[in-house]
Amino acid sequence: MNDTAAILPKPAARAAEPRRATILDRLRHIEPVALVWLALVVVLLFLVVAPLAKLFLVSFETQETGAFTLSNYVTAYGRARYRDALVNSLLLGLASATISVVLAVPMAWAVSRTDMPGKGLTWAVVLGAFVVPPYLGAVGWILLAGPNSGVINRVWRAVTGAEGALFNIYSFEGLALVIALHSFPLVFIFVKAALDLVSSEMEDAANILGAGTWTAVRKVSLPLVWPSIMAAFIVIFLETIALFGTPAIIGIPARINVVTTQLWQFFEYPVRVEVAAAYAMPLLLITVGMIAVQKLLLSRKGFVSQTGKGGERRPIKLGPWRWALFGWCAAVGLLSVAMPLLVLLQASFAKAWGRGIALDNLTLRNYRLLIFEHEMALTSIWNTIWFSASAATAAVLIALLIAYIVNRRLVPFGEALGFLAMAPFVIPGIVMAIGFYAAYASPPLALYGTAAIIIFAFTARFLPIAYANSSAAVRAVHPEMEEAARILGSGRLHAISRITAPLVKKALLGGWLIVFIVASRELSAAIFLVGPRTRTMSVLLYDLSEAGNFEVLAAFGGLLLLITMVLVGIGMKLVGRDFMLRRT
Amino acid sequence: MSRLSLRGLTKDYGKLTVVDRIDLTLMEGEFVSLLGPSGCGKTTTLRMIAGFVEPTAGTVEMAGKVISSPGSVLPPERRQMSMIFQSYAIWPNMTVQENVAFGLKLRKLPSEEVRRRVAEILDVVQMGHLAGRYPAELSGGQQQRVALARAIVVKPAVLLLDEPLSNLDANLREEMRFEIRRLHDEFRITTVYVTHDQAEAMATSDRIAVMNAGRIEQVDAPHLLYTRPRTRFVAGFIGRTNLLEARMENGEIGFDGFDVKVAQIDPELGGETRPVLLSVRPQSIRLHSDRPAGLGGRPVVPGVVAQRVFLGETWDYVVQPRNSGTRLRVTAPPLQVHEIGEAVWIDFDPKQMALVE
Repeated sequence: MNDTAAILPKPAARAAEPRRATILDRLRHIEPVALVWLALVVVLLFLVVAPLAKLFLVSFETQETGAFTLSNYVTAYGRARYRDALVNSLLLGLASATISVVLAVPMAWAVSRTDMPGKGLTWAVVLGAFVVPPYLGAVGWILLAGPNSGVINRVWRAVTGAEGALFNIYSFEGLALVIALHSFPLVFIFVKAALDLVSSEMEDAANILGAGTWTAVRKVSLPLVWPSIMAAFIVIFLETIALFGTPAIIGIPARINVVTTQLWQFFEYPVRVEVAAAYAMPLLLITVGMIAVQKLLLSRKGFVSQTGKGGERRPIKLGPWRWALFGWCAAVGLLSVAMPLLVLLQASFAKAWGRGIALDNLTLRNYRLLIFEHEMALTSIWNTIWFSASAATAAVLIALLIAYIVNRRLVPFGEALGFLAMAPFVIPGIVMAIGFYAAYASPPLALYGTAAIIIFAFTARFLPIAYANSSAAVRAVHPEMEEAARILGSGRLHAISRITAPLVKKALLGGWLIVFIVASRELSAAIFLVGPRTRTMSVLLYDLSEAGNFEVLAAFGGLLLLITMVLVGIGMKLVGRDFMLRRT
Repeated sequence: MSRLSLRGLTKDYGKLTVVDRIDLTLMEGEFVSLLGPSGCGKTTTLRMIAGFVEPTAGTVEMAGKVISSPGSVLPPERRQMSMIFQSYAIWPNMTVQENVAFGLKLRKLPSEEVRRRVAEILDVVQMGHLAGRYPAELSGGQQQRVALARAIVVKPAVLLLDEPLSNLDANLREEMRFEIRRLHDEFRITTVYVTHDQAEAMATSDRIAVMNAGRIEQVDAPHLLYTRPRTRFVAGFIGRTNLLEARMENGEIGFDGFDVKVAQIDPELGGETRPVLLSVRPQSIRLHSDRPAGLGGRPVVPGVVAQRVFLGETWDYVVQPRNSGTRLRVTAPPLQVHEIGEAVWIDFDPKQMALVE
């Protein structure tokens, strides 16, 4: 049989076809997916490429005329004060990343590898520190460790009779510590995920050769997860230098100027967006470079992420030392979650928070003021909810379409879409916000002060989270699931709606909730884009902190936390206990 | 009547030709396997038949109508086929019953009939008692049965199976082979079965198409593939064999150390003179301690046992004919024990020798 085929050369075989495909046939076979692909390209150009390109262009433009100039860069880096801010940012990033690693690596090791008691509590600490917005923690720490009236310092003076303060939060150390107390969960997640893959046999092999538990940890387990520690270090460094809230709340009163607060000052009247754009460039370059380094670190072969599963895992017995580790985890929990939240709670029900817990100091006035009298509070809550919901919906929808097209290889060069969807990951939120401001605030679109510009910015900023989530969800559905439906007579769209959609529903819901939660507390992207009627809760909180009204601020923070907690609760119920903390 | 025809079917990915001018015709109700090592193009061929992959050249025809050609592919959902996938692709969000009913509901059958046919087919695959279960609650073999039921219940014009047993353990695999053949005997659905496991292909198929490097090497009934392999690849791939070089001359085939008459192997072979290659199955060679008599002209050769392995069901000997460098694999029953270095006699059954290309 093959003989006859071999005799026929290929062209002859083609000519032997009973009929050629007609043009009509070809038209019928253009799948609608090509149009969807085109639409997605336009959306991504609008959300990702245009703001960045505009930011870059504007940094070379003269205000008003738009003529080419380098003077923005001269202005941005011509003054020592501005250069110092960059140095401060880098130092602060190093400091808070170091503190985060010190705090979190023992916790991750304890939870992943040992018989430490209270692992559930440690998880709660990590989740708590993760969901409390950093600026709220910063306010909590002002109440705790303000030099004069901070609770810790008052207790210290009362107990020792000393004059000064035990710990002044308005300092570089204070700033670094507060940032670290809300960043360490990322180190925990990274390192625990890596430790979970180290089989006990690795340590056994060290033990049998004569290494004690501590030596085995130091020489085997930790080196194995070293790339993950470094990767987490880099992420926290980058988050810190891009962070606006905490440096603004603590750093400005402490006269510590960093890049983000300096960018904010460029936006004070008269707005100098060109200078801000020029000033933001190093932040962007550093981030892109460091993410590249991080990718390299994680892709190196021979490390734990590649050796993968297999092998038994059993907890290391620590004896009395397990209580020391538990103490460490509990201390981190006290500093990061329990103490700040307690003082905030107290302040929110107090007439004057400095007077402490007393019956005649209790009041519901702060909540009443916010809910019934404050002109912006309810509006900002509503804004926060619907901006976040819109952004989460848009981000998940766009991400799902891209993930599906890329994963099923429906179009050539689909990967370009995935790349663009992930690109905002390397753009600091504050830089993105300035890009949106530069691109869309002024005519022809004139979106400044509208809800749309905030929703677009949130969508773009959190697209990578949604994309990572959707991509994992789509990958988990074997293409044969859909093919099985098609061969039984169901069209592509029918198969997607009947088979694929139900299978990815839960994962997408998880992604939606995560985007909603992070969007609802986002400050740095929002603060540059809000108008008088589009303030979000995070922006209003910042306004309140500038006004120094800590009781009302605490009450408002409580409301924000309540909303977040409800959503986290829904997520844990529907998607799984660790849905916020999964490493994607 | 022919049900499914592949004509010159070809698939290129860039410069790489994965399927290379395949011709194959299936009769109504026939069960044909595509058998070959991984990467030989058998799954791509199957996916072209299903309509998931567009051919680069050639056509797929069903009942005389072209359903696939370059630039024009009837979508899978309009082919009246069904398919069983390597991963089973049982939808985890539906119960067994809902999985099986899916195709029937798409055909807009009355719900009474859907229920009846689902119940019937589930009984046939012995899954009736698990109709309400979700796939996650089933074992691999049970999932496989659901996949079979789901594919068969729609009475497809052609049934396609893509390595359906490769994820099962050995015992279950053997059981499911017979199950698949039993269902075929019952429903007589025209079937294309892709596998790399020759035992699977032999147990299930009417004919087997052996594929290698994108080409079909030979299409034949299982026992003919074994006894009359036509190419070196087929002889080596189907069962184990001794491939012996020889020279055909004057009506005799001369091996290294002994001769066989051409007429004994295949009376229709011509008398030309050329080098030839023969496949001699280890089972077709017999071992004797003494020179056997009364074999009616079968070639008998003295030799020495060079190696041996006991495999439980058989002995595996390597015998070296005297004055020859050839090493022959010979299979013998468990009680027939020969020591290494022992002088033995071997005789061949010329009818079981096959000339290969």
